[in-house]
Amino acid sequence: MSGGATFLGMPAFPVNAAAAVQDSQLRYNLRKATHTIRGKRALAVGELPDWTELRRAAKEIKDHTLRNLERYLVRMEEAVTAAGGHVHWAADAEEANRIVADLVKATGETSVVKVKSMATQEIGLNEALELEGITAYETDLAELIVQLGDDWPSHILVPAIHRNRSEIREIFREKMADWGRAAPEDLTDEPRALAEAARLHLRERFLSTRVAISGANFMIAETGTLVVLESEGNGRMCLTLPETLISVVGIEKLLPSWQDLEVFLQLLPRSSTGERMNPYTSTWTGAAEGQEFHLVLLDNGRTDVLADEIGRQALRCIRCSACLNVCPVYERAGGHAYGSVYPGPIGAILTPQLRGTASELDASLPYASTLCGACFDACPVAIDIPEVLVHLRGRVRHPRVERLGMRAAGWVFNRPARLARTQRLGGRLRRFVPGRLPGPLSAWTDTRDIPDIPSESFRDWWDRTDGGVK
Amino acid sequence: MRVALFITCVNDTLFPGTGRAVVTLLRRLGCDVDFPRAQTCCGQMHVNTGYPEEGRRLARHFVDVFAEYDAVVAPSGSCAAMVREQYPRLARTPAVPASITAGAPADLITGTLPPSAEETAAPGARERPRPGSFAEEVAATVPKVHELSEFLVDVLGVTDVGAYFPHRVTYHPTCHSLRALRLGDRPTRLLEQVRGLELVPLPGADECCGFGGTFAVKNPAISAAMCADKVHNVATTGAEVLCAADNSCLMHIGGTLSRQRTGVRIMHLAEILAATETGDHGVVRG
Ligand code: SF4
Repeated sequence: MSGGATFLGMPAFPVNAAAAVQDSQLRYNLRKATHTIRGKRALAVGELPDWTELRRAAKEIKDHTLRNLERYLVRMEEAVTAAGGHVHWAADAEEANRIVADLVKATGETSVVKVKSMATQEIGLNEALELEGITAYETDLAELIVQLGDDWPSHILVPAIHRNRSEIREIFREKMADWGRAAPEDLTDEPRALAEAARLHLRERFLSTRVAISGANFMIAETGTLVVLESEGNGRMCLTLPETLISVVGIEKLLPSWQDLEVFLQLLPRSSTGERMNPYTSTWTGAAEGQEFHLVLLDNGRTDVLADEIGRQALRCIRCSACLNVCPVYERAGGHAYGSVYPGPIGAILTPQLRGTASELDASLPYASTLCGACFDACPVAIDIPEVLVHLRGRVRHPRVERLGMRAAGWVFNRPARLARTQRLGGRLRRFVPGRLPGPLSAWTDTRDIPDIPSESFRDWWDRTDGGVK
Repeated sequence: MRVALFITCVNDTLFPGTGRAVVTLLRRLGCDVDFPRAQTCCGQMHVNTGYPEEGRRLARHFVDVFAEYDAVVAPSGSCAAMVREQYPRLARTPAVPASITAGAPADLITGTLPPSAEETAAPGARERPRPGSFAEEVAATVPKVHELSEFLVDVLGVTDVGAYFPHRVTYHPTCHSLRALRLGDRPTRLLEQVRGLELVPLPGADECCGFGGTFAVKNPAISAAMCADKVHNVATTGAEVLCAADNSCLMHIGGTLSRQRTGVRIMHLAEILAATETGDHGVVRG
């Protein structure tokens, strides 16, 4: 997973997060946005009496599909081909980017419109196309803001969540002209005015572009159908207007049949935007008349994830972003700190599995959580994110001091007598414990007072008083 | 009823007053309490930091110490959650997963995906541990382990424990009590029955305080920011005492309350429930 050029070589999560937490504007924007969606989601979920059953059904459908993924992928390929589409298999980001670039070049075009898609961000498609002289225009409003601002997405659903209205107005006024139709001179920061400016800007692109690139929320193996859920309707324009449509989709997005979709059409909008139903649901099967259709099935690390019995549940994710909106760590660290297109709790378990944990950043991601469990509670496909975090922590390389400390603690805890002796030593030395601790532990005493060490441990009290009766 | 106390290493070492309060309280309710001296630590710190082998050893030790008792009571939501959630996982034969850093990737496209455990095992095999295995011992021990408020409400069937504590108290439900153990309103039902006690609701109660064990050391900036918000919420209640069923979270919040000189005291649920009009020593901290 290339994850976009700037993400490479980013410092570890704690460093990024420490910087972000100082940015009070960012914290305010994030808190406001996540708490608003959080509240809406809770209401929309609370309305459904059978939420628990739906959630279980979704989990089981996904697990079944993942266990039989090979079979369903082959069926998908057959169905798409039968419907006049072309299927390409991409093992990694590089291969996927090359396939897409070649397909675009074959049309003779040098620009494409894009429907918001996590998969193409994951593989850094826009940057790869740029190297081939092809400009990719984002058409989702939030993606447009990110693209114009030369910025990076920080949320799965609302990539520009870290921006407020006045920042967006500035970006539109300064950058829109470079990418096409300029923003009106008198642009205000009213949501209506901003949306109208984006609409006019985008309309030009839709009408003048002949190639579109999309992702998909779901693929239905039975019929070879792709499904996109969206709020603005821009995606629908991209899917229908251009002559060539290329869809890049992760292999885990598969569902066996149309009937399975019913479960997810209820879960996804409620979990992500707090709506009962999303405004636009588009489905397409193979090539429409006068249109050419290509499906690029993307692996990029997913089969490795599938091979891990515990980690595999991350592939159930339907990218609703509910876990981000309830995560207290995401709320304070912001999406950029995770150094991946997948931020928040799901990013903390998905990124290190897709990319491996060789870099310092990726190794720090499984620790970007207090294990409070709010993400698990919110997840519509019941991914036990804390379980996967703990599992991944067991597999990263630990710093040497920590290893020594943990081994020492283990040594003490392995024998009750050693624990008692250590406690007594602590009790005796309690007057000498400084208010500020050295080394990594100084992080504790920077903002907190350490508790007084008692002169007598519980076990010594129990022995001395014979369990409190003496 | 004969009850084994699992005091937990944090309480044993840093908050022995909580342990003494549990003893006082359970005796008052007619329990015959025992403190198995061989106990040490549930292994939560090791497992949560990524040292499952150490954790498995400590789980083994825990089961050896407590297997023979009918009931085990722990005054800690997170340690009880550790036993209940993680022990069965630790006891399962460790999966043989592909390495996340290297290893030959299963090639799905050419169809060499390794079968999942669910596929290879007989239906239900994952739930049914082999006779005589560690998993079976864990399965037999885990249901006997109760967090304190669970034990009082569900096992002893009491909510009025005869306590007296004339102070304004706010309750922080802690994440593991809330979401792993699903303690629900058990602790507040107990507090509501305490004579003289005024229970005030804590805004944003279900939000994590930012402790998270080693998280507080590994991600100090975020941890501090989370705790600052928690402390702010505590201050708005005007409570004299912040209560919880977990001393590790209380240590974190209390450390910040103390650094900020708010004057708000922290107390474990057991200490408040042990307090009576005649003044029990259980309430003395430290
Ligand atoms: S992990 Fe669950 S809650 Fe998070 S984005 Fe994926 S489906 Fe949504």
